[in-house]
Amino acid sequence: MPIWHGTVDAIQFRSLCEQARHGGGKLVALWGSDELARNAGYAVHAALVTATGMLCLTLPLSVERPAYPDISDIFPGAARMQRATADLLGLHATGADDHRKWIRHASWPGNVHPLRKNFDGKTVFSTEVDAYPFVSVTGDGVHEIPVGPVHAGTIEPGHFRFSIIGDRVLRLEERLGYTHKGVEKRFESLNLEQGAKLAGRISGDSTVAYAWAYAQAVESVTGTTPPPRALALRAVLLELERIHNHLGDLGALGNDVALAFGFAQFWILKEDLLRLNSDLFGHRYLMDKVTPGGVACDLDDQGRERILRMFRHLEHEVRLLKDIYDEHAGVQDRYLTTGRVSPDLAAELGLTGLSGRASGQAWDLRAEFPCAPYDRLDVRMVTHLNGDVAARVAVRFEEVLESMRLIRLILDQLPAGELRASVGAAPENALGLGWVEGWRGEVLIALHTGKDNEIHRLHPHDPSWQNWPVLEHAVIRDVVPDFPVINKSFNLSYTGVDL
Amino acid sequence: MYQIIKQILKTGIKTEGPPQADDALRVEIQNLQEQILRHVGRALTIRCVDAGSCNACELEIQALNNAYYNIGGLGINFVASPRHADMLLVTGPVSRHMEIALKRTYDATPDPKLVVAVGDCGCNGGIFAESYASCGRVSNVIPVDVAIPGCPPTPTAILQGILTAVSRRPSTDTTP
Ligand code: SF4
Repeated sequence: MPIWHGTVDAIQFRSLCEQARHGGGKLVALWGSDELARNAGYAVHAALVTATGMLCLTLPLSVERPAYPDISDIFPGAARMQRATADLLGLHATGADDHRKWIRHASWPGNVHPLRKNFDGKTVFSTEVDAYPFVSVTGDGVHEIPVGPVHAGTIEPGHFRFSIIGDRVLRLEERLGYTHKGVEKRFESLNLEQGAKLAGRISGDSTVAYAWAYAQAVESVTGTTPPPRALALRAVLLELERIHNHLGDLGALGNDVALAFGFAQFWILKEDLLRLNSDLFGHRYLMDKVTPGGVACDLDDQGRERILRMFRHLEHEVRLLKDIYDEHAGVQDRYLTTGRVSPDLAAELGLTGLSGRASGQAWDLRAEFPCAPYDRLDVRMVTHLNGDVAARVAVRFEEVLESMRLIRLILDQLPAGELRASVGAAPENALGLGWVEGWRGEVLIALHTGKDNEIHRLHPHDPSWQNWPVLEHAVIRDVVPDFPVINKSFNLSYTGVDL
Repeated sequence: MYQIIKQILKTGIKTEGPPQADDALRVEIQNLQEQILRHVGRALTIRCVDAGSCNACELEIQALNNAYYNIGGLGINFVASPRHADMLLVTGPVSRHMEIALKRTYDATPDPKLVVAVGDCGCNGGIFAESYASCGRVSNVIPVDVAIPGCPPTPTAILQGILTAVSRRPSTDTTP
């Protein structure tokens, strides 16, 4: 994949963002770093994708004035990334509308920036109750419903503040950051080899996607080329991850509209797959199987046969369940027009990944910039125009079938050979990028190397950064009882953005 | 409707109780139901709290609801409020941002209560360890009865952990 990396000044930073936007490009990630040890102040980095590839901009910032121009007017999704950068590094976006804290609650004071190198990462401050300035909606008959951080189901913690009239949602405001556990600081205490395990635990449901992106980043700075067999197996693992997550979501989405049958059926299929993962690769969720240089598992003929046999059953069942979902009046009544994000709104706000494709955003890294082995598979991207719960369900159904097709193709011509290439030393002060289309959307790992194979700075970027703010729009005018099914239809990661 | 009924009949009963291959498990699972009946009455109610996990531990807890493990069939139910719960099932290293919420959830759970920490992170902080942002193990924040290792622990391991907690519970045989 073509990646261009360059150092720019503040004016170029903004104008390149504008140009990318006008050319239909989007913002993949924004992060900051502390470069004082190199006598280079601080820096803010932005990864943009354009029609020709990825453009990664580095804007050096002075110690006296650690500020950079706001780009949230160009890319609305940048707002929370900028607020997080202010919390974690004390770098400020000049001209931004919203300067409230984002990741920081009340566990460390506002003048402490955990990702600065002069902060040791261990100092503990007393935790207080967070007083976050929510936007309040006033008017006749407006009520507020606060939900979370501890939710009713077995899901991750976060806070949702609904302003409602009757049971219609006027406004939703999200407050996340509850699962912030210092992942980025932790990376800085690890070397390139140790980092792989942590990368696989940024968002457990996407462990393969993150591990692969991490491996790509390490391989790019060390000049390592993984053997073809390893690349083929990585894609098998990534598609298995996509299938098991989609199956789980399709079941949960049945449950959320009172079709317990759907939950029962899909979760049997999901469990079958997890058990197969465990038998063939040694872990139900495939953690730690993708490692820098290659893979830590193999597949023999018998294993291949087992996958193909399971897929014959799975394909039959998924098609049958799709017909049942499609023809079930009660289910369709709940899905259709619910939680709608129109293609225009999706384009404006930068909705990405699976949810983006359900709102007409025809973007799938596996099809646009395919890395091996996708470059010879001709991935059929699945899109939909309605942008409602029904569309996100439909995309999942189609992607399960497509992933099975891809795995069959790969297994058909699985290259023989080595599973791992040895990984050499990384130069200091290099930037490595890894970029993988996980089941939820594109996952980016930006790795800045330090001395002796240490990690100087690592920013893992989940597509949920882009999509959480769009969920706030998706629920407007829907009824509160539809929130669970809308939320589930996006199924965004909390831990992936809280870090 | 016809399709649904046909599919239900074709699927049959998947619930394993115990997987055929492992007799030790059979004993444990049957034991579990007995323990629950003896100690808690008719059912055990659990409130899950993700206190900062990577979310894979949640996936395994959710899997307990699938037809193979059918945790509901054992009389164990997940409830939406800590006030209805006998047990807290806590995952993750406890992030400092969840510390207060976890303590409040614990306080809202009526006595006598059980706490089961799930996963390597819940047991010892796991890969995230202790830091400015992470309190580490669950027992650093609230009292824990049983801690289940694994990353993530399998659904069966989680069931065994629940069993262990229930069997260690001080007898409440006298309650109706
Ligand atoms: S124990 Fe493993 S799976 Fe569970 S939260 Fe920790 S890292 Fe994730």
